[in-house]
Amino acid sequence: MILLWFIIILMGSGVLAWIAAQWNTQLCRWISLLALVINFVFATLLWLDTERLSEPASTWISTFKVDWIPTFGISFNLALDGLSLLMLLLTFLLGALGVVASWREIQYRVGFYHFNLLWVLAGIAGVFLTMDLFLFYFFWEVMLIPMYFLIGIWGHENRNYAAFKFFIYTQASGLLMLLAILGLYFVHGRTSGIYTFNYFELLDTVMAPGTERWLMLGFLIAFIVKLPVVPFHNWLPDAHSEAPTAGSLILAGLLLKTGAYGLLRFVVPLFPNASLEIAPFAMLFGVIGILYGALLAYSQTDLKRLVAYTSVSHMGFVILGVFAFNELAWQGVVMQMITHGISTGALFLIAGALYERTHTRNIEKMRGFWAKMPFMATIGLIFSMASLGLPGLGNFVAEFLTLVGAWQSNPILTIFATVGLVAATAYSLRIMQKIFYGKVELTYTLPDLSIREKFVLVPMVVVIITLGLFPQPVLDTTRPLVQDILNNTKEAGIKKETILQQEEMLGLKGGSHE
Amino acid sequence: MNNVPVEAGLILAGILFILGLISVLIRRNIIFMLISVEIMLNAAGLAFIVAGARWGQPDGQVMFIFIVTMAAAEVSVGLALILQIYHQIKTLDGDAANRMKG
Amino acid sequence: MNEFLWLIPALPLAGALVLILTRGNLSRTVASIIGAGSVGMAAIVAIIINLDFISSGQQAYHQVLWTWMNVDDFSPAFAFYLDALSVIFIFVITFVGFLIHIYSIGFMADDSGFSRFFAFLNLFVCSMLILVLADNLVLLYLGWEGVGLCSYLLIGFWYDEEKNGYAARKAFIITRVGDTAMAIGLFMLFSTLGTLNIQEILTQAPQAWTVGSQTAIAIAFLLLGGAVGKSAQLPLQTWLPDAMAGPSPVSALIHAATMVTAGVYLIARMHVIFELAPVAQLWVGIIGAITLLLAGFSALTQFDLKRVLAYSTISQIGYMFLALGIGAWSSAIFHFMIHAFFKALLFLGAGAVIMVLHHEHDMFKMGGLKNKLPVIYWTFLIGAASLAALPFITAGFYSKDQILWLAWAGEKGNIWFYLAALIGALVTSIYTFRMVFLTFFGEEKTHVGHGAGRLITIPLVILAVLSLLGGFIELPHTMGHVTLLSDFLQPVLPDVVLRPGTEQSEWWMQGIAAILCLLGIYVAYFFYMKRTDLRAEIKGATYELNRFWFSGWGFDALYDILFVQPFLYLARTNKNDFLDKINEGMVTGANFFHKTFALTQNGVMRWYIMGIVVGAILILSLGLLLH
Repeated sequence: MILLWFIIILMGSGVLAWIAAQWNTQLCRWISLLALVINFVFATLLWLDTERLSEPASTWISTFKVDWIPTFGISFNLALDGLSLLMLLLTFLLGALGVVASWREIQYRVGFYHFNLLWVLAGIAGVFLTMDLFLFYFFWEVMLIPMYFLIGIWGHENRNYAAFKFFIYTQASGLLMLLAILGLYFVHGRTSGIYTFNYFELLDTVMAPGTERWLMLGFLIAFIVKLPVVPFHNWLPDAHSEAPTAGSLILAGLLLKTGAYGLLRFVVPLFPNASLEIAPFAMLFGVIGILYGALLAYSQTDLKRLVAYTSVSHMGFVILGVFAFNELAWQGVVMQMITHGISTGALFLIAGALYERTHTRNIEKMRGFWAKMPFMATIGLIFSMASLGLPGLGNFVAEFLTLVGAWQSNPILTIFATVGLVAATAYSLRIMQKIFYGKVELTYTLPDLSIREKFVLVPMVVVIITLGLFPQPVLDTTRPLVQDILNNTKEAGIKKETILQQEEMLGLKGGSHE
Repeated sequence: MNNVPVEAGLILAGILFILGLISVLIRRNIIFMLISVEIMLNAAGLAFIVAGARWGQPDGQVMFIFIVTMAAAEVSVGLALILQIYHQIKTLDGDAANRMKG
Repeated sequence: MNEFLWLIPALPLAGALVLILTRGNLSRTVASIIGAGSVGMAAIVAIIINLDFISSGQQAYHQVLWTWMNVDDFSPAFAFYLDALSVIFIFVITFVGFLIHIYSIGFMADDSGFSRFFAFLNLFVCSMLILVLADNLVLLYLGWEGVGLCSYLLIGFWYDEEKNGYAARKAFIITRVGDTAMAIGLFMLFSTLGTLNIQEILTQAPQAWTVGSQTAIAIAFLLLGGAVGKSAQLPLQTWLPDAMAGPSPVSALIHAATMVTAGVYLIARMHVIFELAPVAQLWVGIIGAITLLLAGFSALTQFDLKRVLAYSTISQIGYMFLALGIGAWSSAIFHFMIHAFFKALLFLGAGAVIMVLHHEHDMFKMGGLKNKLPVIYWTFLIGAASLAALPFITAGFYSKDQILWLAWAGEKGNIWFYLAALIGALVTSIYTFRMVFLTFFGEEKTHVGHGAGRLITIPLVILAVLSLLGGFIELPHTMGHVTLLSDFLQPVLPDVVLRPGTEQSEWWMQGIAAILCLLGIYVAYFFYMKRTDLRAEIKGATYELNRFWFSGWGFDALYDILFVQPFLYLARTNKNDFLDKINEGMVTGANFFHKTFALTQNGVMRWYIMGIVVGAILILSLGLLLH
């Protein structure tokens, strides 16, 4: 039941905030913040609760299910395991920080803004929670449309272009996923006689290899556009750089993660054999993404665009890890999802804070801000270091695990991925160099971070350092799930092999008859 | 009636239809175009009658009554439109009414 | 006492945290007490633990703080391992570090970033201690990158100069290249041995691989890559001379005494793997030999006082690599320790000189400081003598002499290593005394500011004493044959094996080394004191060579052409992401079709009717045809 409340609170307070803004915009902001804090607290309690159970009975911590459209086998099916829980925590944390970050930035159509913000978050939470593919698609769209408004209404100069690009990319790829979902629905219905969108039942679908390949591609495209993987990444720099600060935060911190989540939750478990087949290519694209994203990040002069391309680079590690098919890499991927959400989110917040002060995002026009804003410089330093993967910060744990895991399945590609770390150093230090080093004579005042901004950024610093030094609770939370998927994949592999062997034997027999 | 072959009736309907069509295409006066459309409708009606007679079914006559009704409605709307066009652009030349081009 | 081992890195870390969190709001006195005090306390704890370690008969101690990450069978922990090798390193790091902190209080007294400076220094000491204490390679990597970060921060400490930032960035990126190689080495180690715990690797490696196995060689080379980057050896040496942009205590602490020797530590620590990979070990020696020569010749042509010392550092670490390459593990560690003393002393002395002369770095604008700054002069002279390996009285003589002799007499030594080391020794003494004569002798050329305070001179004196006496813990066979250090290290690092028939060569080789050192001093004296007029002539004749050496053998220019420019070219040309052209193409295509089809929508009613007719005819005929 609590799972349903997570979503209802967000959607309800979104409407409430919109109404409240008619009278008082402050009230609207507080309502949004309160809703997210409540959700965050409940999610944390849930986590602590599961932590106490040292040996959980099943991977599923909490479930909720009612029939929705039983004729078509559609149910309102929510379930929560370690991965979803961590993603929810991240969603509510970044959501709350996003509300605080837009406290002063958004002064126009405040109510509608918060409505959209909360509905995006509700969509994301739904995506992380739902175990019904129809519902999944529904939430997938719910998070898309409000995001389109967030970019299109409150964005920077080129916002319309960016919003359309974002919408078309994600919508088109989402439709392919819908096709694949329907395909899976009918394939499963035809073979087993049960027409259902239920994830758990669809897991056991028996498919011909060709069908499996095509259906997997449908899902894969939706997720790798969202992730994004080069060459499907072009919506991202535009959307990220044109969105308002909180929008960029949510895009980078959460929306991209839905792609990674989808890969882990749907692509690999539903289509283990096809995923194994495509693994080398997917890993190759991951490595291309790492290097290409880093190169482009280095060449940007727009700070938000730069950070956006670093996301492309970092998400390359995710797809590299997902298709490495081992526990180390998958744990690394989960860590990467969380730490990248925080570190990149923080970099966007810094970019937003700088834009508020200087009214430019061009780093060529910035210089020597260390002397003026030492606090911001320190935070900026920490997150630049996080993005280049300095040990002791969360991103290192993620990247190291991913790379160690990837090495087991493909050493050559891993070498190239590791080279990406050098490129990451180049672009991260470029941020520091251009913004904070040098000497500047300013014609305007440049105040250091305000209390509100510190209130947002300092917790993120604490989280990223904690994750870097004590990642074990997070790893423990996702362990059951990761091992589950791994075992399923192995079983599927064995099953397939036995089928093949049987076919071979039958073939031999057939041959002997002739 | 019975010794009129079906083919002859259908050919007559076809000729009528093509005549109407051609005059719709080559006439510029909207009133003439409207009349041509009526001819095409009647051609279709004739075809229905012939077919109905051929199969000995009432459907053909039913359809003809439909067509007559529809044609009446169409003429009234069409004439109203023509009046409006004449009010707006002071001519009955159909080609002059091209303000809706993309 | 051993259970307090964690305090050694924790104390500087605590100091750094306090200084960072108070954000410069502490008074200078408090900040310096916290900054230097925490390292001082760490030094005291380190000394107590070290004494404990020695008196307890070298019981290796293993302390697990917490499990860092535990996935599958990959479970590196925050755990420390204390043995003879780490004992020496933590002693040098905390003790020399403490002296440098004391010095910094005086040196940085007027700087606005006073407490930030101490925060970074403390963080550095902490990372370095983690590096040498780590019981697994992942934690070692944490310390490894941590010192890299602190080095970046400290080189770019004076952030209002843009070029300092560039120097810092260069250092970070170049060392990161090495680190990446090392990271790949770790992946390989883990996938073949299933562990990254150092002790487990050392015991399992000989069972898993035979001598000369491909995997061992690959891993050894990858680890060597990391070591080469951190220790500024060929081909990744170019960052160190530029790193002199940082304040002098930084150069002393990071770029002379501790961080750059991390590579030496790594190779010594993983010596088992290098013994299993003789090719890689040979290359360690070759790299050391070439680097020590190249850097030595470059040092001859510099006129920035600190750059001379930077090249000299590269060269001296080349000696350590040479020692590692010939399997003289404990000689490398011996030279590391002595080098930490005298090079820290030289950097601190140079810093004092530069400070007194109002940030004048050019040696040719210095001179005649002998009488004005007696303490600095004498201590600097001792450091220089130790660097040049002045026979018998300096520690540098004993440590370098051991390497020289073993380069010839060691089982893996050969004549080429020996010649390289010998020429290097000559060059060393020339550039060292060139520096001394230019700086302290001759006439005074720049106004001398107020002299250095006691906070600055005391560390210099202590380091000078150590630079003289430190050598007596290990004396050659010909002179007393004291082997305190190598005995101490024996449980961790195997003894060097001598080639048969070379035992007798030691005394005459020492003679050659001593003569070369004195010859070098005389050459420096001849050109820079006696016949200064010859200098211009030589310079004119060898202008091109001089320029070449001055630029560090053109490595910067080479890398610029090979790596930097292509990367920048790619970055510049592809700034707008050529893949975005696909989208633009789709937009253009859509626009084209839109414009084309819009033409048919011309508003002429008869045109539309025609369209309907043609369409109907087409469909009808299609239907007929398909039937």
